[in-house]
Amino acid sequence: MRAWHFSENAYHLLPDPKEYDSIRVKLPNRYYDPKIGADLYHRYIDEWVTAEDLGLEIMVNEHHQTATNLNPSGPIIMGILARETKKARLLILGNPIANRREPVRVAEEMAMVDVYSRGRLEVGFVRGVPYEISAGNHRPTKMMERFWEAHDLILKAWTSHDGPFNWEGKYFHHRQVNIWPRPYQQPHPPVWITALSPDSARQVAERGYVVACFLTGFQGTKTIFETYRARRAELGLPAPATDRFAYAALVYTGETDEEGYAGARKLLWYVESNKVPPQFTNPPGYQPIATTVSAMKGSVGIYKMFQNPTLESFMENGLVFAGNPDSVYRQIMKMYQHVGGFGHLLIMGQAGFLEHEETVKGMKLFAQEVYPRLKDLSPGGVP
Amino acid sequence: MTQRVSELGWLTTVHGVQLEVVELGQGRPIVVLHDETGLDPQAPFLDLLAAHGRVIAPSHPGFGHSPDVATIDTIDDLTYLYLDLLAEQGLREVTLLGFSLGGWIAAEMAVKSTDRLAKLILVAPLGIKVGDRETRDIPDIFALTADEVTRLQYHDPTRAVVDYTMLSDDALTVIARNREATTLYAWEPYFHNPKLRQRLHRINIPTLCLWGASDRFVTPGYYGAAYREAIPGARLEIIERAGHFPHLEQPEAFVERVRKFVDSTN
Repeated sequence: MRAWHFSENAYHLLPDPKEYDSIRVKLPNRYYDPKIGADLYHRYIDEWVTAEDLGLEIMVNEHHQTATNLNPSGPIIMGILARETKKARLLILGNPIANRREPVRVAEEMAMVDVYSRGRLEVGFVRGVPYEISAGNHRPTKMMERFWEAHDLILKAWTSHDGPFNWEGKYFHHRQVNIWPRPYQQPHPPVWITALSPDSARQVAERGYVVACFLTGFQGTKTIFETYRARRAELGLPAPATDRFAYAALVYTGETDEEGYAGARKLLWYVESNKVPPQFTNPPGYQPIATTVSAMKGSVGIYKMFQNPTLESFMENGLVFAGNPDSVYRQIMKMYQHVGGFGHLLIMGQAGFLEHEETVKGMKLFAQEVYPRLKDLSPGGVP
Repeated sequence: MTQRVSELGWLTTVHGVQLEVVELGQGRPIVVLHDETGLDPQAPFLDLLAAHGRVIAPSHPGFGHSPDVATIDTIDDLTYLYLDLLAEQGLREVTLLGFSLGGWIAAEMAVKSTDRLAKLILVAPLGIKVGDRETRDIPDIFALTADEVTRLQYHDPTRAVVDYTMLSDDALTVIARNREATTLYAWEPYFHNPKLRQRLHRINIPTLCLWGASDRFVTPGYYGAAYREAIPGARLEIIERAGHFPHLEQPEAFVERVRKFVDSTN
């Protein structure tokens, strides 16, 4: 198993929640102090470099118009890290390609980082959470259709080497596609895609990409991974090794369980501070009609896990792995066994008021005391 | 008209596209194009209107029980679909009546062809850009709570309160489909066609713009006046104690205005 350090570069110094109704989309940026923000960028970059020193891989993402995440451009932060590091794999998870107007630009940016990191880039494509819709100003209907067209155009741009090709699709038009540079890795960098629905899992499986689940807990994750494996079998394709599966959780390793729990409580800032009104959490067309109908009748579905953000409930649902090294190992393996194995653990290892020293301490204890036991897991997964 | 898809709706086919259509009454044809909240076949204004002609009220693809159609995803597509409907059903001397989003469709149809139209009635139509690039002519319903939208759109917002727990799955599905279809057609450019205003001069039939006095969503004094000025000879009339949907809040007064306009000989 590979472990990846991941931080959302949050700006955590927010006013009293009574002062605003949404941390996303419309929170005025007068609450952001650029001088503090500059310090935070440098601190978070230092933590990623520390991750490499500890033998961990590196993951970044991007969000827009939100205090929870100050990476409105994943490629920029990844460009910095490609230069600041030497050996870690660099995962961007991901590029919100259903919301980006120019897929060819995404192909160029990713090829550029791949080249000057000398082939260390792993490229994720994501649909993006619902609150990205207003920030991205892109229509929430038929998003996946647009997503896959953007994907197809990017893949073709990466793998075409004989001059311009033409693209006049339903969503994107570009008549002279001929990117410079082309990717360092051949035929292209590894591709990761996040999935929340079985339908997405099947499409990722058909292409053999890494499928990633974020905070989906025991049942949600199992459904996605099982669907992926079943679709491969259905098509007569080789069974996937564990390196096709990734799970993202909040992780804090302490010397004692108490220290681990205390760190994890600070990580829950991600969830506790995510105050978002309904018009941004479920824009029409983002969810299938049947899901919206269930929500109108009062069902909260998978979001039930997020309604009571206590450490106990989050640990019980497999969204948080925390405690001393033995406890963390045991919790990860419980998830691992439950979902049939996974080859990538995406660690949300910093959030909110978790200070630099605390963050590094948690990373270090994980890297030295937990990670060695995970590295030797069989790539075949759970039989 | 073969298959029944709801209590009052029948599935009909226009140039290969299936549509749910509600038909009531007899006589001169009145084609009704619903607003972004969809068509309520039980709405009292429909019956009142049917006393004055043959009401033909389709649900746009994706709304009500009209199936999604892969090739139809713009207002432009809808205008050609409904011009095809008029032609295929051999309708002539039609009174075309459109509400809000449906008013936008009706205006676009009349810009393209008035061959089969006698009169045009636009009820708080959307579809044009009036102010400069930083003026929000039409409030962003996708960034407002449901209550905020209701307060802008209703004279009496308590009328718009819906208790979802009292509705059937079919009714809830229709509401969810209507919202999704609205997003499909009107997300960007937001509820308008930047070119429409400069084309409205082509409308060469008597046109009535009807507006609720309490419409705070698109106001008669600003948006309504811009529409009236752009269509040659158009009249703008105001209905008191009504918001953005005067046909729902004041059905009798609304239908009386329609009747007077349709009966007039100008």
